[in-house]
Amino acid sequence: MNTTILEYVVFFAASVMMLGGALGVILFRNPVHAALGLILTLFGVAVHYVSQEAHFLAAVQIIVYAGAIVVLFLFVIMLLGVDKASDLSIEPIPIQRPLAAIMAVGLFGLVAAAVVKAGDSIGTITAGTPAQAPGIDVATLDNNDSNIQQLAQNLYTDHLLAFELTSVLLIVAVAGTVLLTRKWPKASETDAA
Amino acid sequence: MIAAVEPSWYLVVAALLFSIGAFGLLVRRNPLVMFMCIELMLNAANLTFVALATSLGDINGQTAVFFVMVVAAAEVVVGLGILVSILRRRPGATADDLAELKG
Repeated sequence: MNTTILEYVVFFAASVMMLGGALGVILFRNPVHAALGLILTLFGVAVHYVSQEAHFLAAVQIIVYAGAIVVLFLFVIMLLGVDKASDLSIEPIPIQRPLAAIMAVGLFGLVAAAVVKAGDSIGTITAGTPAQAPGIDVATLDNNDSNIQQLAQNLYTDHLLAFELTSVLLIVAVAGTVLLTRKWPKASETDAA
Repeated sequence: MIAAVEPSWYLVVAALLFSIGAFGLLVRRNPLVMFMCIELMLNAANLTFVALATSLGDINGQTAVFFVMVVAAAEVVVGLGILVSILRRRPGATADDLAELKG
């Protein structure tokens, strides 16, 4: 009973953290503050991952997102010197904000309606009855490493080709970015030199 | 012990996060903040994946999240590279200013 209450507390705390950070991202006028809001959101999502037994993804979330991506954002903000606060009170396109708000509320309403309609087919796992689906090795459910073991077995057997292709993707992304941001010497300068 | 919190709650929270991200993407004009809003939406989708992977007992959902994270990292690297090269030419440009291709 106590663990259930604790789970609810963790759920609501992480949700408040996540949604508060998200509101910070879209409401803070200074991009640096928005990036800090993004960190709050990413930590909230990581807490949700931990409470859903996705330990490896929680760790990757912290390391890759909060550690690398947000640092990259802050680095670019400071490199370009765009950390000036922008005035949010002026609307560039007149009725865009009400339309965007209607769209966002409608999107949320649609997804929430779909969740309600799906009902029990989403799966309602109650405490103490571990899932017995073909993808999960039930013998390792009590093991602390089970999540990482399952994920690794799945990744290195069923999705091996995709996993190898991600390395190609990362190499292409890095090489492309280096080419994109390189300052090429002007043609006249090369002639002069 | 697997969460006693209903998985549908996670889906609703993720939908809320996605809506906030979509709203910010449409409203904000700073390209960096728009990128952050895309990250919010990706995280909302990831949270949905993990919630359903846990509730249905299928590890493939978590593998999908792994790949989404890899692609998101690559996307941020390329996107910020493009932004750096744009903003180096035109400091302080907003998304509305970048209309060279407009017919």
